[in-house]
Amino acid sequence: MGAIFILIIISLAVALLFLGAFIWAVKSGQYDDDYTPSVRMLFDNKPKSDSTKK
Amino acid sequence: MLVTPDIKTNCYHCGDECPDDSIKSGKHLFCCQGCKTVYELLSENGLDNYYSIENNPGISQKTLKDKRFAFLKTDSIKEKILEFTDGKTAVVNLHLPAIHCSSCIWLLENLSRLHNGVVSVQVHFPKKTARITYKEDTISLDELADLLYAIGYEPNINLADTKKEQKKNSKKLIYQLGVAGFAFGNIMLLALPEYLSIDEESIEAFSPFMRYISLVLALPVLFYSASGYFISAFKGLKQRFVNIDVPIALGITVLFIRSAYEVISHTGQGYFDSLAALVFFLLLGKYFQQKTYDALSFEHDYKSYFPVAVTRIANDTEESIEIAELKKGDRILIRNGELLPVDSILIKGNGYIDNSFVTGESDPVTKNSGDKIYAGGRQMGEAIELEVLKSVEKSYLVQLWNHQVFKKQNDGQSKSLTDSISKYFTLAILLIATIAFAFWAFTDISIALRAFTAVLIVACPCALALSAPFTWGNTLRILGKNKFYAKSAEALESLAKVQHIVFDKTGTITENQHNNIVFVGDKLSLIEEQYVKSVLRQSNHPLSRTLYESLGNLKVMSSANFTEETGLGTMAAIDGNTIKIGSAKWVGANDESVLNRTRVYIAINDKIKGFYEFSNTYRKGLNKLFANLQQNYTTSIISGDNDGEKTNLEAIMGKNSVLLFNQKPEDKLNYIENLQSQPKKVMMVGDGLNDSGALKQSDFGLSVSENTNTFSPACDAIIDASVFGKLNTLLKLVNTSTTIIKISFVLSFLYNIVGLYYAVTGQLSPVMAAILMPISSITIVVFVTIATNYTAHKIKLL
Repeated sequence: MGAIFILIIISLAVALLFLGAFIWAVKSGQYDDDYTPSVRMLFDNKPKSDSTKK
Repeated sequence: MLVTPDIKTNCYHCGDECPDDSIKSGKHLFCCQGCKTVYELLSENGLDNYYSIENNPGISQKTLKDKRFAFLKTDSIKEKILEFTDGKTAVVNLHLPAIHCSSCIWLLENLSRLHNGVVSVQVHFPKKTARITYKEDTISLDELADLLYAIGYEPNINLADTKKEQKKNSKKLIYQLGVAGFAFGNIMLLALPEYLSIDEESIEAFSPFMRYISLVLALPVLFYSASGYFISAFKGLKQRFVNIDVPIALGITVLFIRSAYEVISHTGQGYFDSLAALVFFLLLGKYFQQKTYDALSFEHDYKSYFPVAVTRIANDTEESIEIAELKKGDRILIRNGELLPVDSILIKGNGYIDNSFVTGESDPVTKNSGDKIYAGGRQMGEAIELEVLKSVEKSYLVQLWNHQVFKKQNDGQSKSLTDSISKYFTLAILLIATIAFAFWAFTDISIALRAFTAVLIVACPCALALSAPFTWGNTLRILGKNKFYAKSAEALESLAKVQHIVFDKTGTITENQHNNIVFVGDKLSLIEEQYVKSVLRQSNHPLSRTLYESLGNLKVMSSANFTEETGLGTMAAIDGNTIKIGSAKWVGANDESVLNRTRVYIAINDKIKGFYEFSNTYRKGLNKLFANLQQNYTTSIISGDNDGEKTNLEAIMGKNSVLLFNQKPEDKLNYIENLQSQPKKVMMVGDGLNDSGALKQSDFGLSVSENTNTFSPACDAIIDASVFGKLNTLLKLVNTSTTIIKISFVLSFLYNIVGLYYAVTGQLSPVMAAILMPISSITIVVFVTIATNYTAHKIKLL
């Protein structure tokens, strides 16, 4: 039954890892703008014609 | 979004109605040359995808004012605006208020295709900003600004921008929320085995371990995530003011102390899961509230309206300098359409000053050299030279801005609905807890302590604290969809209490641009109208321009001997006829029976033909709006203009409202103060800076704007002029929201009574608390959201 102690500690460590990942994500600015990226990903990468540019 | 059912008559670029089908490019029609130019520029560069993402995404080119960005060449200004530069590559974060749809994002982020000096652009849609990286040797900052301006995204560069501020608080809340959520989930998992009590023996073995872990996990929740509530409660108490955070902080503290005691003394498992859940939900409410406000920026003052720089003439050379550096005695140059930032004396040129910004008077006034001109006036016409009389801070407009009403800080002092009941709530809870304690104290002191703490725990007003933010948050969102942008929940609460509404006239209930023009006198023949139009064509006077536009499709003839006297009128000869257009004095008319009317007289060969009379066009639906408003509110109109419109206004407003004319900004402010001392809750509806004193003084200041991108200062909300007629319906929604909040208060009291029953009888088990507290919060949130949406649907706002 001692395994439960280890399992709980491991599960907490994993959870802490996720908390760390969350804090990193906030720090790197991923939560600054939660609207624009959702629109941006729908655009085509290349506008239709590329030739007319001077 | 605006749906345009009939593409034929709407501009392909901006969606405005086309006057005729004369302006077109390819198969598309445009409303003006400006829109057409932008379309051609974009399609030439392969950017016509812009039009396929959204219909008519463009920004109408008609409303753009002539603007120069030459001041961005000045190094000291550039330095303040640029975020980063290494001499070659620079990064600038520009506020582009015109950003409004996904097409805008696409176009701006493909800006590098329009100019190869632009490296990359990243749009922040909610804040309407674009971070632009560009090569300084290929494109300069002012050229970049010109480019953005040319495609309709005028950068809003002002003095407020030059002071960079970083908002750290918004991120802190996300961290707090993350920590609380992390603790909530894990403590709940650890608590579950004991709730279910699957296997008594193994639980005995593990529970101390799990309980101590829960205790450790609850520590950051208490000291980090919940810290805001303790600080707020402490601040409130220090000012002898019991806000809603007091019972919350009390509940959290008691929750933690009792739980910690139970764990350490091995008497129970504690309520750590309830503690974490409580803090998590509260922060979620706060986060939701913050999101709603983020999109709106009201932190604007007069600096937002003033230019960043002005042209100074020193030693016969022109240079751009920051207006803060202007000193008494400096010589400055103001071009057509520029705003004068300081009080000055006119030295050279004919001043034709539009003071609507300061006084509300709509007609420009003539100034001659030697005349004093106040800051805030906008020069129309030729460039003028002035000598600075006072530095910016000492100028009249800034003095007005610095009036004491603007100094009033009301942080947390304006009692919100929630705060006003929290005092009684806290007292009642403490009373019940004490009675429960006293009752049990005679039989069993341990039950007495349990009952006492349980009351404080279960009564922790989570649902109560959430109902107002969620109701107002949702109401703000619905109002925003209807182009009514309110500043905060507190502002809406004071709006719900309004009894009297004061309207400004010019620009508020009248439209800004289109004047209503009527000709009075001997009817002009077609040829005479052609004469008039031909002469007007050469005049730059704003009234001439307006009249010229209104004359429609007439042939323009060539004229000779054109002369223009500032402040009087113009004169020219066509086909041997002398045409005089201007004031009564100019043509020699001796009317003036009705003063205070804007008239342009016409005389042909010294014979007075009559005059064009200009009057303001009232917004549509005013009659109905006022009739509806007057059922619930008393109204008055207060105007900076003369009383020329009195009879028209009386017809619209009905006899019940007060009409006041020739009111200076101070008079408006005093009038509102007067009403408030009666006492009445007053809402001021006005526009622009000249009303800002009154807007700020009133209990709720509403600013009407034809262009909501240029936010007005000092107001609590901004309404788009196009929905002005809906004002009554919008007010109705706000009033209903107040009722919804009151109902949700009652609901949360009912939850509390159920919880209190278990608490006072000493039976509140951790599992019961863990179920009751989240359920009460969630049902309240669901209830208020559904109720506000339902109301909005019913009155057709959604």
